[in-house]
Amino acid sequence: MSSEDPKRLTTMISAKAIEEIEHWRSKYPADRKRPPIIAALKVVQAENENWLSEEHMKAVADYLDVPHIAVFEVATFYTMFHLKPVGKNVISVCTNLSCMMCGSDKIVEHLQSRLGIKLGETTSDGQFSLKEVECMAACGGAPMLEASEIYHENLTPEKVDSILNDLGWEA
Amino acid sequence: MGTVTIEIDGVSLEAETGSMIIEIADDAGMHIPRFCYHKKLSVAANCRMCLVDVSNSPKAVPACATPVADGMKVLTNSTKARIAQKSVMEFLLINHPLDCPICDQGGECELQDVALGFGNDVSRFTEGKRVVQDKNIGPLIETDMTRCIHCTRCVRFGTEVVGMREMGATGRGEHMEIGTYIEKSIESEVSGNIIDLCPVGALTAKPSRYKARAWEMQSTAGVSPHDCLGTNIEIHHRRGEVIRVVPRENEKINEVWISDRDRFSYQSVTDSERLTQPKIKKDGQWQTCDWETALTHVCDQLNNIKQSEGVENIGALISPSATLEEMYLTQKLMRGLGSHNIDHRLRQVDFSSQFEAPMFPGMEFDIDALEDMDATLLIDADLRREQPLLALRLRKSTRHGRVMSVHSGEVENNFKVSPNVSVPASDLLAQLQGIVAALIEQHKEVSAELTELFVDIKPTPDQQTIASELRINDNACLLVGQSALEHSKSSHIRWLAKTISDLSGCAFGELTAGANTAGGYIAGALPHRLSAAEESNICGWNTQQMLQKGLSAYLLMNTEPELDSSYRDAARVSLLKSKFVVMMTPFAKGEFLDYADVLLPIAGFTETSGTFINVCGEWQSFTAAVKAKGEARPAWKVLRVLGNLLELDGFDYVSSQEINAAVKERFESTTDARVGHFQRPDSLESGGEKPRPLSMYDMDSLTRRSLCLQMSVQGQDNWRRDQIEHLVASQSLPETESPDSLINLSASSAESETASLQESSDA
Ligand code: SF4
Ligand code: FES
Ligand code: FES
Repeated sequence: MSSEDPKRLTTMISAKAIEEIEHWRSKYPADRKRPPIIAALKVVQAENENWLSEEHMKAVADYLDVPHIAVFEVATFYTMFHLKPVGKNVISVCTNLSCMMCGSDKIVEHLQSRLGIKLGETTSDGQFSLKEVECMAACGGAPMLEASEIYHENLTPEKVDSILNDLGWEA
Repeated sequence: MGTVTIEIDGVSLEAETGSMIIEIADDAGMHIPRFCYHKKLSVAANCRMCLVDVSNSPKAVPACATPVADGMKVLTNSTKARIAQKSVMEFLLINHPLDCPICDQGGECELQDVALGFGNDVSRFTEGKRVVQDKNIGPLIETDMTRCIHCTRCVRFGTEVVGMREMGATGRGEHMEIGTYIEKSIESEVSGNIIDLCPVGALTAKPSRYKARAWEMQSTAGVSPHDCLGTNIEIHHRRGEVIRVVPRENEKINEVWISDRDRFSYQSVTDSERLTQPKIKKDGQWQTCDWETALTHVCDQLNNIKQSEGVENIGALISPSATLEEMYLTQKLMRGLGSHNIDHRLRQVDFSSQFEAPMFPGMEFDIDALEDMDATLLIDADLRREQPLLALRLRKSTRHGRVMSVHSGEVENNFKVSPNVSVPASDLLAQLQGIVAALIEQHKEVSAELTELFVDIKPTPDQQTIASELRINDNACLLVGQSALEHSKSSHIRWLAKTISDLSGCAFGELTAGANTAGGYIAGALPHRLSAAEESNICGWNTQQMLQKGLSAYLLMNTEPELDSSYRDAARVSLLKSKFVVMMTPFAKGEFLDYADVLLPIAGFTETSGTFINVCGEWQSFTAAVKAKGEARPAWKVLRVLGNLLELDGFDYVSSQEINAAVKERFESTTDARVGHFQRPDSLESGGEKPRPLSMYDMDSLTRRSLCLQMSVQGQDNWRRDQIEHLVASQSLPETESPDSLINLSASSAESETASLQESSDA
C-alpha cells in the first residue's frame, strides 16, 4: 500500500484541532484504529469551512493509520459530513419512512422552490445548502429538518417559511 | 470439538459443533442458495438468500450464520423456507438489471442461476431501478456496479485474505455503493480473485471481457508457470484461442486463489507478437525458413563450432520455468554433444556450495502447513513479490502465530511482522550470525567447533527474540527467500539458515526461482550434476561463467539472459560477441533479434504438455490446452528432433510423458534425495551484495509481455519502463496475421524427422 506521510494532517489543520483528535483517540485502545475516525472527521470538517476534501480524508486516514477507504466509508455514510463545499446554512431534510409518510415530499418541494435549488445544491450566494438525509431519530415529530444543528419538527410549508426567514433568507 | 447430529431435509448428518448449517449441507452435497457466504471468507449474513426453516424457530434463519445444534431439524425446501427464499430473491432483483444477455457474467452468474430456481417470472416492481456509476479500478478488473448486490465478498477478501482493504462500501441505504477510494486503482497482486468471488457481473476480467460465453469455452487443467508453488489453474479456451485463466481448487497448494500474474500472463501468448516460423539471420537480415532448413543449419553450425573451437565453447541456458521435459532434453542434448555448460540457475550469483546442495532446493514441509505455524522466520524473502499466494497462507498464521523477518532492501508485507529487521544486503550475514549466536547461547549441546566459530558474536535483542521464538515453538519454520539466492554470499546464507534450523529445531524451507527450479535440478540442467543428482565427472560452466567469460555458441531455451539473469550487462556483451546463438522462444520480438542467429518458434505455456516440480517436490504434469501458433512446436519436440539430427542417442521419445517417466525412474532409484550436506565453513564470512530486485511483473518473459499486468499499479512500479512503452507501441498496431494463418498446421516437409514436428501439439 502506498502509505503516505502520517504527519501531513498536522500541516493542514490547527494544533488545537490535532489536540482534539488526540483527545478522542486516547479514549480507545491503541490497536483499535478505526473508532476515532468520526471524531477526527468532525474536527477536520469544522476547520475547513464545513466540508471535507479528498485530501483531507486521505490525510485523516494516514494520520490514524487506517486504509483510505475506511475513512471514505465513514465520510459517505454519515450525512453530517459534507464532501463538497456547502453554504453557510445547511438544511438537512429527512425523507426517510416516517417523514415520507407524513408528507416530507411536500416539504422538500417547498424548500426547493423557495431556495431555487435542488437537493444537494447550494444557492448562488453561498448562503444555503439543501441536503436529503436519512432518519434523524425524530420520527415522532415527522416531517422534520435540521438546520444549523437545530431540529425543526412537525413541518408545514408555513413553518418552513418562518425557519427560512429566521435564517435570513430573503427571496 | 464434539459432534452433533442434525437432520437436513430428512437426512441425518454428523456435524462438528460450531459449524454452520450451510457448511454441513455443502459437505453433504445439498444445495442451499447463497450469495454472501463463501467458505474462505468470514460470515457476513447480509444477503439473506440462504434462509432455511429450522425446527422451533418461528422465522426462517440464515443457514450461513446459524450454528448447528444437536437434534436440529432443517428444511431447505418447506413452504416457510420457499416463501422466505423467494421474497429475498424478489428484493435482490428489484435493483438488479434484468439484461443478462449483455452482461459478461451471463451463463456463469450465481444470481442468474438462483433467480432461475427462486425468482418469479415477472417483476412486480415498476418503479425506477437504481443506477450506479462504474468505477475505473485499473486494467485488470472491469466494473459494472449497477449489478452489484452488496454481498461484500470483494470487501471481505481484501480485509481478511489479502490484508489490504481496498474495496469498501460507501454511502448508505439505497445509496450504498461498492468501490475503491475515489477511483483508485486496485494495487493488490492477487486482486483478480474478486472476479471469481463476485457472484454477479459487477466485477469481471477486463482483458477477456466480452470475448466468449462461459458455455462456449473448453477448459484444460494447467499449472501456473510463474512461481515455485505450482499453482493450479484452469485454462479456458475457445476454438484454439486461450480466453482466460481461472483458479483450479487445490487446498494443499493454492486453495481457491491465484495471483494476478497467474491469471493474466496468458495475454503474453495470445496478444503479444508471436514467432510463428523459424528464422535464420543472413547477412544481418532475418529470413523466415522451414523447420528443416533451420534445424539443419543449427546442427551444421554447432558441429562446425565443436570442430573449430572445441565443444567446451558451446553452452545452454534454460529458463527456470521450462518444463522438466525441456530441461532434461536440453541437458541431454548438450551432454550428447560433449558439453557440460548447462544451467538454469540464472539469478544465482554464488555457486561455491553447489556440490553440497540437496537433490533439489525446496521446502521440507507442506505449503498448507505454513498457516499453522506459530513462529516463522523469513530470511530475505519478499513473498508478495515472489510467491504472492504464500504470503496469503502465511498471513493466516499471524492470527495466532508470529512472523519475523530479516531482509535486505525494502519489503512490504501484508501482515504483521515483528521483529522486522531491514538491513543493507551487506549486513544480512551478520544478522543471521547473530541469530545463530543467540541459539548457541540458549542451547545446551552445541559442538565446540560451532561455538568457537561464533564466539565473538553478540546477539542483539531482536536476534535473541527470533532465536527463542523458533526454538520454543513446536510449529516453527524458516523460509529462505528467492532473492536470498541472488546474494553474492548465498552459500553462507544457506548454511547459516540450515544451522538456525538445526539448532532451533524449526522446519527448513528454501524458495526458488521460476516454476521449476526443482525440475531443473532433478533433470540435471546443471553443469556439475547429471539428472537425479548423479555426480558428473566433468564440471561445466555455470550461468555466471557462461555469461561473464563468454562462449562461442549458446542455446537459449526460452530465456532472455539479458533480462532473466543476474548478469544483464555481461549477457548482452557475451551474446553479441558470440559466433552463434540459437534462441528457442514463443515470441517474435525482443533484444534477442540483435544477438541471435536462429530463432526456433516454440509453444507457449498453454500450448505444450509438460511437468513442473514445485518447491515441495510435487510433480504436476499438464497437457496442452490449445495448439501452438503457426509452425511453433512444443520445445521438447524441437529438442528431440535436434537430438536426432545431431545423431545423438536416446532421443526417440514419442510423448512428453515418456520423457517424464525416464526422469522419474532415475529420480526414484536415487536414495538420499533431498539431503543437503552444507559444510561448516572454516571461518565466518561477511559483506556481500545483491543485484537490484526485479519488480513483480519483470520476473519472466511472460509477465514482461502481458500488457494488462504492465499497466497495473504493480506493473507501473516497474523500473524498466522501456518495456511497457514497447508493449503499448506493439500491441496497438493492427494485427499483421489473420487468425486463420496463425493456426495453420498444414506446412509440409520432406524430411521425416522434421515432419514429425508437424503433428498437432501433443495431448
Ligand atoms: S462487487 Fe460483487 S463481490 Fe463485491 S459486493 Fe458487489 S456483488 Fe458482492
Ligand atoms: S424518518 Fe424522518 S426522522 Fe425518522
Ligand atoms: S449466504 Fe447466508 S445470508 Fe448471505
